[in-house]
Amino acid sequence: MILETAAQRRALLDRSRTVAMVGASANPSRPSYFVFSYLRTRAKFDLTPINPTIAEIDGVRAYPSLAAYAAERGAPDIVDVFRRPDEAPQVTREAIAAGAKAIWFQYGVINQAAIQLADDAGLDVVVDRCIKVESARFDGGLALGGMNTGLLTAKRRIR
Amino acid sequence: MSDRRFGFRTRALHAGTPPDGETGARALPLHLSTAFVFDSTEHAAELFALRTYGNIYTRIGNPTVAAFEEKLASLEGGLGALATASGLAAQLITILSVAQQGDHLVASANLYGGTVTQFSVTLQRMGIETTFVAPGDLDAVRAALRENTRALFVETIGNPNGNVADIAALAALAHEAGVPLVVDNTFATPYLCRPIEHGADIVVHSATKFIGGHGTVMGGAIVESGLFPWGAGRHPLLSTPSPGYHGLNFAETFGEYAFLQRARVEVLRDVGASISPMNAWLLVQGLETLAMRMPQHVENARAVAAFLRGRSEVAWVSYADLPDSPDHSLAERYLPLGAGAVFTFGLHGGRDAGRAFIEALELWSHLANVGDAKSLVIHPASTTHQQLTDEQLRAGGVLPEMVRLSVGLEDVDDLIWDLERGLAAAVAVAPALSDARA
Repeated sequence: MILETAAQRRALLDRSRTVAMVGASANPSRPSYFVFSYLRTRAKFDLTPINPTIAEIDGVRAYPSLAAYAAERGAPDIVDVFRRPDEAPQVTREAIAAGAKAIWFQYGVINQAAIQLADDAGLDVVVDRCIKVESARFDGGLALGGMNTGLLTAKRRIR
Repeated sequence: MSDRRFGFRTRALHAGTPPDGETGARALPLHLSTAFVFDSTEHAAELFALRTYGNIYTRIGNPTVAAFEEKLASLEGGLGALATASGLAAQLITILSVAQQGDHLVASANLYGGTVTQFSVTLQRMGIETTFVAPGDLDAVRAALRENTRALFVETIGNPNGNVADIAALAALAHEAGVPLVVDNTFATPYLCRPIEHGADIVVHSATKFIGGHGTVMGGAIVESGLFPWGAGRHPLLSTPSPGYHGLNFAETFGEYAFLQRARVEVLRDVGASISPMNAWLLVQGLETLAMRMPQHVENARAVAAFLRGRSEVAWVSYADLPDSPDHSLAERYLPLGAGAVFTFGLHGGRDAGRAFIEALELWSHLANVGDAKSLVIHPASTTHQQLTDEQLRAGGVLPEMVRLSVGLEDVDDLIWDLERGLAAAVAVAPALSDARA
């Protein structure tokens, strides 16, 4: 299912723990490193870089492929994709094969064939969103930056 | 949480201001703290590298200020907002976030005088050139947009002429040229017009006016839609590595948040025109009642305009709300609930009549501001522009007889009673009045 609402994305983040980040970079000026280092500070997530060109990021072991990850660690809850849009279908096939429950295409990773493939295989799909920003939307970080979170409540501690 | 789309009044009261997570306080806490402690050295490093969200220093951000920002962003239908010390600061930070030396802007020729000066003197000295064009002349706007143009700037309701911008048409022109449309929405407020809904990319405010609403507090704000393609290459400040952040590319790293992030962490940080948390707190109080105040401002303005239209001492009334205004059809489209509460009129008898009129008023406050709960009046030819000759005034688009009103929330009968006294005084010093009417 393609998750289009904030409530759906929040529910996905709430029920997920393991996140395999395909294309995560160890270069501190790359967007994927920003996402990696932020999500790492959220204790609930178990993050793993998937990148054949590096051994680890900040001490967290990287796996060369989703298949290698799944063989050792089992199916990931979310596969988070930092690849060129034309590589998205291949990553999606690998995510399906690894048993991923959801696939998250980061900013600009828009490929209709990949979206269709994931949706048909029963995965939850998020497109052209940042998992860091969405996580921050619900935990209060985004609000501290003056951003419109869309959250509105008279209850305490929703954030 | 739910995905319900809440109404304007509900968002004015609740967006950005949930109960405080620490204390349960229902009202917005006022965080008068210049700085915030770090959890650890690692946490501090992550914050400074922009890899995590959090409070560092109030010049860059503050939780009370953030609540005002989120509430205003919600009301304007934007992605987020950045509060500033004043409306002029909001404009400067907007321009410096997208343009640098050698760049060019196109702006409406009918802007607040302070904005014209900021663009034509201060920004010009910094190497950013502005071409001013009549905002209603779309061909002239198109012709003025160049290869190095970085933004198109207009006011929803022009100050003081009251012209209404054709926001959708201007947005289309701007987007055709690859630049964002920046709209100063101060006179309309998000209650009367939400420029982003019509295609604007950035909205700026002097929150000092109707948002604060009581003539008590200075503040400004920038709201962005999150829809402009900052990474398309037309704005290198956002799409090339920043030397201030170890080669960070804002468009690539922050996606739709690129403009607001750069405006805050580079430009506001370095310009330093930050709003006080106290002022942001007061502006939140103002936003809570905006939807209650604006209809009354409009209703009183309409009654005052109708009164002036019926008086022989009055040569003209320029208010887009009037059916025979040249801007009326634009007002119907963009300002269906009313064309605001600030407008101008001209007295027969020129400069002397204007001076006598102002001095005879008892209730209308004679000062240089708009958007107070109290009614305000100014006669530019005898005050802000008094050193200019009539010819110089006309050349600058300010007529000698022009009076600007900001209609407040008093009993409208009392406002009209006072205006009658002013008109009587104007007649007394303008013996040529009957000739002028002939």
